[in-house]
Amino acid sequence: MLREKEHDIEKLHEIARQLRIDSLRMIHRAGGGHPGGSLSAADLVTALYFHEMNLCPQEPDWPDRDRFIMSKGHGCPVLYAALARLGYFDRSHLETLRKFGSILQGHPDMRKTPGLDSTSGSLGQGLSVGLGMALMGLRDQKPYRVFVMLGCGELDEGQIWEAAMSGAKFRVANLTAIVDYNRLQLDGTNDQVMPLEPLDDKWRSFGWNALRIDGHDMRAILDALHRAAAHDQGPTVIIAKTIKGKGVSFMEDQLNWHGVAPSTEQLEIALAELDP
Amino acid sequence: MASTLKGEKTIPTRHAYGETLVELGKLNDRVVVFEADISKSTQTYRFAEAFPDRFFNVGVAEQNMMAMAAGAAICGKIAFVSTYAVFGSMRACEQMRTSVAYPKLNVNIAVSHAGLTAYDDGVTHQAIEDLGIVRSIPNMTVVQPCDAPSTRKAVMAAAKIDGPVYLRLTRIGMPILYDAGPDFEIGKAIRLRRGNDVTIVAIGDMVFQALDAAEQLAIEGIGVDLLDMHTIKPLDQEALLESVMRTGAVVTAEDHNVVGGLGSAVAETLGEHRPTPMTRIGLQDTFAESGAYDDLLRHYGMDARHIIEAARKVMGRKK
Repeated sequence: MLREKEHDIEKLHEIARQLRIDSLRMIHRAGGGHPGGSLSAADLVTALYFHEMNLCPQEPDWPDRDRFIMSKGHGCPVLYAALARLGYFDRSHLETLRKFGSILQGHPDMRKTPGLDSTSGSLGQGLSVGLGMALMGLRDQKPYRVFVMLGCGELDEGQIWEAAMSGAKFRVANLTAIVDYNRLQLDGTNDQVMPLEPLDDKWRSFGWNALRIDGHDMRAILDALHRAAAHDQGPTVIIAKTIKGKGVSFMEDQLNWHGVAPSTEQLEIALAELDP
Repeated sequence: MASTLKGEKTIPTRHAYGETLVELGKLNDRVVVFEADISKSTQTYRFAEAFPDRFFNVGVAEQNMMAMAAGAAICGKIAFVSTYAVFGSMRACEQMRTSVAYPKLNVNIAVSHAGLTAYDDGVTHQAIEDLGIVRSIPNMTVVQPCDAPSTRKAVMAAAKIDGPVYLRLTRIGMPILYDAGPDFEIGKAIRLRRGNDVTIVAIGDMVFQALDAAEQLAIEGIGVDLLDMHTIKPLDQEALLESVMRTGAVVTAEDHNVVGGLGSAVAETLGEHRPTPMTRIGLQDTFAESGAYDDLLRHYGMDARHIIEAARKVMGRKK
């Protein structure tokens, strides 16, 4: 049975808020993980998994389902939280993130976690994997779409641009890349580490339909996903400007919240902000 | 033109690969082929002509190719990626490791220009490290057939294995050893000669040097137990141990660095189960250079003559 799509913007906001809370709880319990990139991607993941994608959680391998690859695999806590909420696995697993024997690995493992469409987390590879999936879908005249979430720092990888060229060549209109453009990578801002701009011009010159949106504006996200679906000439990239650590004041736009778990005290403050 | 052994009719194993792909494509419509702009060399152009809608040329971009094939395999395809061994095992190494081997996908990595069979192309195109690299990745099956008929069987078998297979092919022609097609099974060594004095374990093109050596040793009255160890992973430990139990001495022969490849695999097994005097024939941890194949084998100590010397020496070390 297809999962019912949520159209109400307020309800989507509420889901995103819950996913943020779940992500922080998971990372805190794990004692490690990546809060910044989980929170920045929360609205985008919510829009995909609770509105846009055709999914059937009771049948994770349903051949016609839409596919999603968290190529920036370190952002997986928010994806795991979404999958649990949709019923791919019991919520109790969220407490086991990164622990020995868990179905929830530190970076996504499609063989361990129900609902994952790909193993990912080595930066630069997910767009190629998604392209392979999209190309097979086109070839077999399948109705599914493929979504790949990329980190902005991930765009430094050369393989991204190999895949970008191939995506245009094969005219995979069923492929949508989403850049979680929070402008912070591990060692500094994109501008400090490796400047990316003019980013939409780059993608356009590679033959992609490029859209630039506010990645925390739910209406804008839904609109961009619909426009990507309507574009039938080739692949689309949605460059979603986001804030790393979005939703928690002391994490927002802070480099040092890329890959550390909050302490118990910090978690309490964060949850109080997210759950007023 | 590379000179080949004794002027026999020879076929590069990459040709057998290209022809078998077409056969496979007819049998199974889930077979798809990815190529990185060298289809005339890897021979996938044959598949491209037969099945243009199942052939994807991604340009000179092996990393993208490897991961795209992973995506195709996730969608139920039997994917083949073709390039040269240097690029398949090293340029796209981490894509192979993380996107293909880790999720254990049916992506078959068929790579030409193994070792010195790339001869005059020089070091950039001579893969001498690939067996060691690929063998160390979990979930991988690693095969180098020695001739065209066994290559055909290896390609067919690779498609059926639920997981990645690394298939190492030659640029130059190889004689036909298995006329009617061998009784080929991945993971099962083929005994080419039976003898009780020394074991020679060879892989790929070196099988022919080893055969030559075994024939000459037979004239001296030395009985060689010769194994075509076409599958280096999983290694046929049973056949190896059975052989060395009778002979008590072993020479390995591979067109590869002696570090990491067949010699290492055999040494690992013998070291754990039955320590046996052994000598490894192959490149002695050095890069080679451009030149004719036969000249390179001779210069780098890998031809039949060197195998014979190694066999005599190692027999002298028997306990």
